[in-house]
Formats: sequence, C-alpha cells, structure tokens
Amino acid sequence: MKLLNHTSKYLAIILVPLITIWAFIFYYAMLDEIYDSLDDGLENQKVLLLQRLPTNPEILEHKDLELWSHSITPVSKTYHDKFTERYSDTLMFMLNEKDYEPVRVYETKIAYNDSYYKVKFITSMVEEDDLIQDLITYLIVLYILLMISIVILNNLMLKKIWKPFHSLVSQLPNFRIEKNHQITTKDTSIDEFKLLNASITTMVEQSRARYLEQQHFIENASHELQTPLAISINKLELFLENTTLSEDELKTMASILDNLGRLTRLNKSLLLLSKIENRQFTDEEDIDFNLLISSITQDFEDLASHKHIRLTIDAKEQLNFQMNKDLAIILLTNLIKNAIVHGQQHNTVHIVIARNLIKVQNYGAAEPLNAHYVFSRFKKLSSDKKSTGLGLAIAKAITEKYSIEWNYEFTTQHNFTLSFPDGR
Amino acid sequence: MKLLIIEDEPEMLENMTQTLERQRYIVETASDYKTALYKIGVYDYDCILLDISLPDGNGLELLKELKSSGKDEGVIIVSAKDSLDDRLEGLNLGADDYLPKPFHMAELHARVKAVLRRRHFEGNQQIKLGNLVISPESRDVKIDDLSVALNRKEYDILMYLITNKKRLVTKSALAEHVWGDHIDQADSFDFIYSQIKNLRKKLEHATLTIEAVYGVGYKLELV
Repeated sequence: MKLLNHTSKYLAIILVPLITIWAFIFYYAMLDEIYDSLDDGLENQKVLLLQRLPTNPEILEHKDLELWSHSITPVSKTYHDKFTERYSDTLMFMLNEKDYEPVRVYETKIAYNDSYYKVKFITSMVEEDDLIQDLITYLIVLYILLMISIVILNNLMLKKIWKPFHSLVSQLPNFRIEKNHQITTKDTSIDEFKLLNASITTMVEQSRARYLEQQHFIENASHELQTPLAISINKLELFLENTTLSEDELKTMASILDNLGRLTRLNKSLLLLSKIENRQFTDEEDIDFNLLISSITQDFEDLASHKHIRLTIDAKEQLNFQMNKDLAIILLTNLIKNAIVHGQQHNTVHIVIARNLIKVQNYGAAEPLNAHYVFSRFKKLSSDKKSTGLGLAIAKAITEKYSIEWNYEFTTQHNFTLSFPDGR
Repeated sequence: MKLLIIEDEPEMLENMTQTLERQRYIVETASDYKTALYKIGVYDYDCILLDISLPDGNGLELLKELKSSGKDEGVIIVSAKDSLDDRLEGLNLGADDYLPKPFHMAELHARVKAVLRRRHFEGNQQIKLGNLVISPESRDVKIDDLSVALNRKEYDILMYLITNKKRLVTKSALAEHVWGDHIDQADSFDFIYSQIKNLRKKLEHATLTIEAVYGVGYKLELV
C-alpha cells in the first residue's frame, strides 16, 4: 500500500470514533442550551403574566392550555404553600402535524389579591428524533467531505512533496554497479529529502569507486601472474626435454603442467571477465551469427565426437547483431562448449537459430540446474576439475553488456536461450 | 638465422634463449630499452622478439624507431598484457605477430618459424623431411611422390610437430595451436589422441614417427 493511502486509511479510521464522540458531546450541549433557553422563555411568560394581570384580570379565566399556551387553576393556600415549581416534558397533540409532539411544561404558582393559583405554561419543543436524524445526516456529509478533501490533498500536495523521494526510489531497482548508471536527484527544499539525496549520491559514488578498485585489482593481479606462470611452464617444458624421466616422473610432470595450465586458463578468464566489465571491448561490427555458429561448431567437432555427441544446427532464420566480434565468439564458444562438456554421451547438442534468438539444448543431468547459480562465478556444477567455473559467468557478462537476455529452462533437456534485443 | 630477444624478466629471457638456441638460431638478448635501441641500430636481425613493458621505456616506441629507420626485421611482440589495443597498435605499427604470455615454447618456435618463412619467401619452398615432402602453399603432402590426403587439423598437427621436430610438444600446446584459444577450457585434451591416431595411419609409410611421451605430449622423430 502506498504511503499516501496509508495515511488516508488511518485518518478514515480515526475520524469515525472522533466524529461520533464529538456528535454525542455536541448533541447534549446543544440540547442543554435549548432547554435552558426554553425554560428562560417560560419563566419570562410568568413575569409577563404577573405584570399584565392588574390591567387584564380576565387572564385568570384562561383555562384552555392549548389555546393560550397557559392555564390558570385556583388552589387552596395550603396547596400553594406546599407546591414547588417544576419543569417537565410531555407530549401534546398538534393539530397542524396531526401527531403528538414534545412540549416543555412549566408548572408554577402565583398569589394575586389573596387568591392562590397554580399556573401551567407550555411551549413547543425541539423534536429530538428529528434533531438526531439531522445531526447524523450532516455528520455523514461532513465525514465524506473530510475524506474527499484529505484524499485530494494527499494526492495533490503530498504527491508533489514526495516527488524527489519517488524519483529516487524508482531509479534504485534498475541501478547496476557494473554499468555506469547515474542516480539523478531532484532538487528539494525538504531537509529529510536533501539528506536522503546526499546520502544516496555519496553511497553510489563510494560503492562505484570500491567496485572499480576491485576490478582494477583483479586485472592487475592477473597481469602480474602471467609472467611467473610463463616462466614456470617454460622451465618445465625445457626440463622435460633436457632430462630423461621414468614414467612415474613423467606423470608427475604432466600433472604439474596440467595444473599450471589450469591456473593459466583461470587467470585468463578472470582477466577477460574484468576486461568485459571494464568495458574494454568497444569495437563493434555486424555479426552474422549463422556463419559464426557453424564455424564454431566445426572447431568443436573433434571434442564432440570424442564424447560421442552429435552437434546439430537448425537455422530457421538469419540472425545478425551489432557487437564486438571477439566477444561474440567468446559468448558462443562458451555456450556451445558448456553444452558439450556437460552433455550426455551418445546424445545430441542441438542449436536453434531464429530471428533474435539462439537456443542451445543438451541432454545431461536429469534434473534442472539451480537458475540462481548457473551464472555465478566459480559455481561448478560438476566435479570436473578442468573447468574454471567462469565460462558462463563470462558469457553472462557479455550478454549484459549488450542487453541480450538469458534464459535457462529444463524440459527433458537443458535449454539455454539468448534473446537479442530488437533494432540493433 | 639471427634473433634478438628484448625482455626484461631475466628468467623469461633465459628460457627463450635456451629453447631458441636449441633450434640452431643465433640468439642475442637485450634486457632494457637502451640496450635494445643500441643493438637494433648497430646490427641486423632476422627476427626480433619484443616485450612491450620494459623498465625504461615502451616496446612499441622501439618498434616505431625500428620501422622509421627503414629496417624490415620480422617482429613478434611478446606481452604479459594481452590487451586488444596493444595488439592492434603493434600490428598497425608493423609487427608481424603478437604472442601473449604465458605461451608454450613450441608455440614460440612455430611463430618465429612462420615469421622467418614469410620474411624469406620460404612460403613457396618445399619442406623435406625424410621421404616426406610438404608444399606449404598448396598444403600438399607427399610420401615418396605419392599424395597423402590430410584434413585441415591433421595438416596443422603435422606442421606443428615438424616445426618442433625432435622436441617435446605438450598436449595443451598442440590443442591451443590447432584448435584455437577457446578450446583450452575443454574438459580434457584426450580428443587430440584420435586425430594423432588418424595421422599416424596416414603417415604409415613415411620415415618419421609420432611418439607419445607418456601423459605429457608428442614428439616427432625421424626414423
């Protein structure tokens, strides 16, 4: 859920009890005020009555409560003395509404010319059920209006405020340290976002510097290893020529030479990998992949027939792509070699070429490879001691350079698919 | 044939000198830019092996110097830095070949021999070895005047072994030379054996043999 909607959600939830409690308080406060003012009015009528009585004695004849809104009943002195005035609510039939409506009744006493009277005043009162209903309706309207304005405000204002944040966050998933991606930050006046922008920029710069340092370290280390390796291998080769050795000694020498060869291959692969990642292959040309694949498969014919693997090419369409020729050769060599080396004896390695697509299929281990590790460096899938564990990592680095998509799937065979982007 | 090796790493220099002297070349050495410049200026060589990174200068400068003084020695650049730029620049400046370290001694012979052949128009000359006659131009192989049909790889193996005749050629050196750089990560070099077997069969009547040196490689011997 978005942050925007999150705040709106909580506001929506908290507003319900808030408005409800407020409604109760408001309702009772209002009602209290209404009673107060009604009672004041009733009392005022009593004062008025007493004032008018000397000039209008016929008032004492007013018995019809409904007509005059007051009635005067003569009472005895004892009743008068004991009587305490009171307010009460009651219902009265209203002719216009044709219904019983609430009225406020004020019962009091007066003494006039040694006569004692009980006086009853009434006044029409607010209809509580109507009031409550109205109150609820208006509150619902208020609630809706509040929510609408909150959402609008969130969407317009907060969205604008959070813009630098969103712009930053949307760049992060596509950030690749090995590519020369830049993170662009939007100018902002908000301190928190300023801090965030500055931190991310520093972090990216530092990480990239470390990454390049590491790359250069690998490259330099590999370079420095070449000469001692060359000296060792050549010294051994000369020693083998100059000396007559027994079979056992020869075996030992062969094993030393083999391992030095492995070291050399590993070193070359590492160097190649860092060169690809350092973008040192800049020359590009239009590569005819159909031609390239058939020439590479010819090179592998001997290795394949030694393993009793049949290499078949199914060129459905012509595939051309603009890239560095050396890298194209390395990419396909590694891919095809991988299929042959891990392929099953007495079976096929099948290469399909279609528009924008190359697929290499081989039979092998009867279970899918872990797709996460296939392209990892030094992730060897077999106990094969001659493989460097870098072949597919190199191929992956090449495809990443040219935005070629990799796909691995397992059916009854292992399928490696390269999908070339359009328009190259 | 007179060669000059320009290389600053003493042990590397010693290896190269030793192996090339055994091929009956006259080998002179220079281990820094100054000495190399002097020797190039004073003497003539048939082929120069040039290391690019020298302690007191860049080998490519030496190459420029050489070419600008109108000398047409064969030059093979030897470098620990297998960089595309250096390779291109070197070849553009007139080097004949580029050999990245580490390399096999057999490969060094083959490259030197190839350069010398090209330089001295030996390409047209036939190579005779016992009763075997090879015409490099047409890739034609004859035993006692009878043509032997060799496929491309068998021919390449034979030529490589002849270039390094009577010397040990390791399996990996052979594989890298004949099958290219990329085969070198293949799981084993055993697939070479079947090609050697075929070649031996075809050379049955030749007065030379391809001997297997147990586990290590092969050696071509004249009978």
